[in-house]
Formats: sequence, structure tokens, C-alpha cells
Amino acid sequence: MVERADVVVVGAGIIGCATSYYLAQRGLDVVVVEREHVAAGSTGRCPGGIRMQWSTEEHIRLAMKSVEIFEGLSEELGVDTEYRQGGYLIIAKTEEEVRAFEENMRLQRSLGVPVRWLEPSEIREMVPQLDVEGIGALGAAWNPRDGYANPFKVAYGYARAARRMGVRFLLGTEVRRVLVEEGQVRGVETDRGRIRAEYVVNAAGAWSREVAETAGVRLPNRPFRHEILVTEPIERFLEPMVICFHDNVYFRQSEEGTILGGWGDPGERPGYNFRSSLRFLTTFSRLLKRYVPALGHLRVVRQWAGLYDVTPDAKQITGPVEGVDGFIQANGFSGHGFMMGPATSLLVAQLIAGEPLDLPIEPFLLSRFERGEVVGEASVVG
Amino acid sequence: MRDAVVCRCEDLTEEDVVRAIREYGLRSLGELKKVLRLGMGPCQGRTCLRLAARILARETGRPVSEIMREVSVRPPTVPMPVAHAAALAEVVDGGEG
Repeated sequence: MVERADVVVVGAGIIGCATSYYLAQRGLDVVVVEREHVAAGSTGRCPGGIRMQWSTEEHIRLAMKSVEIFEGLSEELGVDTEYRQGGYLIIAKTEEEVRAFEENMRLQRSLGVPVRWLEPSEIREMVPQLDVEGIGALGAAWNPRDGYANPFKVAYGYARAARRMGVRFLLGTEVRRVLVEEGQVRGVETDRGRIRAEYVVNAAGAWSREVAETAGVRLPNRPFRHEILVTEPIERFLEPMVICFHDNVYFRQSEEGTILGGWGDPGERPGYNFRSSLRFLTTFSRLLKRYVPALGHLRVVRQWAGLYDVTPDAKQITGPVEGVDGFIQANGFSGHGFMMGPATSLLVAQLIAGEPLDLPIEPFLLSRFERGEVVGEASVVG
Repeated sequence: MRDAVVCRCEDLTEEDVVRAIREYGLRSLGELKKVLRLGMGPCQGRTCLRLAARILARETGRPVSEIMREVSVRPPTVPMPVAHAAALAEVVDGGEG
């Protein structure tokens, strides 16, 4: 049993695995404590989308940094992450959306995102199988540098690389308490013993709030079920990820040729619900058939559920908290943890190692809620 | 019999499974699934999970029954065409969101 480390990372999803990797790169001694196994939580249930098309500057910058990392990641980790810049096609269905997209695109372009507006005819040219009229698309925002990757390959790739640098992964082990003494983190108490450390990174995803509570820190995160399904494979025809905020739907084609997609139920209540619903199966199928009529015959093979770890402004909570030194948050990703993961994890490692940060984390500090500096992220889907 | 096929859908042999278990220190079917896609094909594990569980039991010392208990069963029980599922939206109570 491990007794001591420089940093304990709670959770082995994308955040835990990547953070431990970047910390080890900087010479720190790290232990990752995970209740189940690598990517057993939200990371292992997500469709792997990676986009820069956000409505706030901090999200756009962070996502761009992640994309930069993803672009070189297969080589860096020595694993095929299946990262593809197939682009994101964000369908607009109302005049209000068209106007909002115009504003978003202006901001995105000012930061270097190569996004542009597509007319319905251009959407049809790009993906002829999309029933543009049937959907009632007024146009779409298109960024060819958006894309997707395989979340299993990425998380396990980071974990393997981290292990090779000496990171110890304690799987099947639960953190019971974060140990705090005189306002300073002392380590964690697990169900297999105590680990002393000066830093604890809270990367427990949908369970981050519980972990923080043991340290006397209150997080505003709430877990929401989101369902997703996968079909049998079909010949590759779809390069972009297609999303629509109005219909709250998204889908893409995987490396294997299967269609992966989800729909967000606006009536979903917070909770730890992993059950699959008929409502999701029928509603998403109806939407998919409307978007791509030719997929009617394609068989749904499996549906499952995962949790979004949601904060009041749909933005992550990252960095230190007041009152407990050494307790670093890296959670609250509200459905975009996989894509923001690499960049955020790098920033957390830089922070702990005492290096200058590549990007500011002020917008993501927990204290923003107390200071009343809350500007919500609008571009959330699924 | 190392080149015996364990997962027909994903074309995985016993050798592939043993290698992954040892390289990644895997202890469960959930992990094998994530690392190798074992059980993710059209058969959804019907042919391969039990075989893989026996290999895991041999490699880790964990009982097969314990390993199999961790398998999550998910709908649909038989693959269902998108159009059929879509049609259900009309007739199932609470079917359409």
C-alpha cells in the first residue's frame, strides 16, 4: 500500500489520467486513486467530441489548446487516439439561433477559429445524406478543425504513459476523506489506508461534490444523466459531428462505422441514474431518422447512460479553493470534460509544479460564484 | 491455444486478450472492453464475454462468477432498426421527448 506521494489525484477519467501524466512529466510523485477502473465514469461513456465552437472566450481558448494537444497526442503517447478533424456542423433552426451563431462566430474568428457559415445548399453538398429541408435547417456553423477521438484510447494512453513515468494507479480503491489540518491538505483516507500528500486533485467527475464535502469545501456541481446509443456499422459517409442545440441532439460516425449519438432530455432531474430509458431510444431514433432518412434500416445495438457533472454556468471548476491549501479542483465540466481535459490537466500540472500557466484559470475558479462573476456558457448540447 | 479466436466480432485472439491483461494490468471485463473493444460488436458479448472471463480468472485469480457479475446488460435486447424505434415514439406512453 502506498503511503506517501507529492500529489494524490482522485479519479482516473480523462482528467485524472492526463493530470497525472503532466505532473509526472514535471518530476512529481503521483498516485491516482480510482474507485472502479480507468475511464469507468463519464469519460468511458462519452462520444469523444472535440470542438472549439463555444460562446465564451475562455472556453474557446481552452478548447483550442486542447486541440493543439490532440493534434500531436497519438505520437506523444505512442497510441492511436483515432483523433480526426472531421469538423463540427452546428445546425441552426431558428432566426434567434442564426443571430446568436453570428455573434459566436465573430468571437471565435477573432481568436483564430476557422469557422464559417454554411447555407443549406452548402450543408447538402458537404453531407448529401442530411435532409436539410426535413430538418428545417436555416444554415450551419462549420469549423473544419473541430473533430473527435476515441475516449478509451486517450484515457488508457495517458494512463499507460503516466505509469511508465512512475505514476501509481490504485484501482478499485475509494477515497473516503480528504485529510485537512489547519487549512492545509495532508492527504487522503482510502478504504485501503492513508496516503499522505501536499496536494489533492479532485478529478472525481460526477462525484466531485462528495469528495469536496469531506474537505469542508462546498461545490455547486450536480449530476445529470445523459443517454447515448450506438448502431451497427455502416459504410463511412459522415465526416463531421452533427449537432443541433435547438433539438438538443448530436451524432457522429465512429472509426468502426457505427453511428454514436445522443439527445438531452430537458426534463431530466439531477441524480445518479444510469438506467436506459425507452423515451431516449424512441426520441433519439426519431431525430436521427429525420436528420438522415437513409439510416432507417440501421439497427441500434446498445444504449447506455453517463453523467454530466454540471455547474450553474456550465463551465468547469479548476484551481485552488479558499480555506484549504493544496486542494485543487478539476471538475464540473458539464458535458465537455473529454475535450477540455488535456488542456485543463496541463494547466493543473503547471499550477502545482509552480510553472507559469499557458492560459489563465481565473474564469474557472470556484470563487467566481461568490464574487458574482458568472457568465454562462450557452453552447451546450446532448 | 493462443491463436484461438475469443471475440469474433472484433477479431481478437486469446493472445490479444492475455497481452492486454498483462500490459495494462487489467482485472475486469469492463476494462477489456474499453481497451480491446471486446464485446462491443454486433453480438454485444454473447459469444465472447464468458470466454474472456475465464481468461481473466486464470490471469488474475478472480472467480469467474465475480467477473461475470460486473457485466452490465443494456437494451435493446435484440438489435432494433432506427425506424422501428422511431415509430415507437408515436405509440409508447412518454415515448416522445
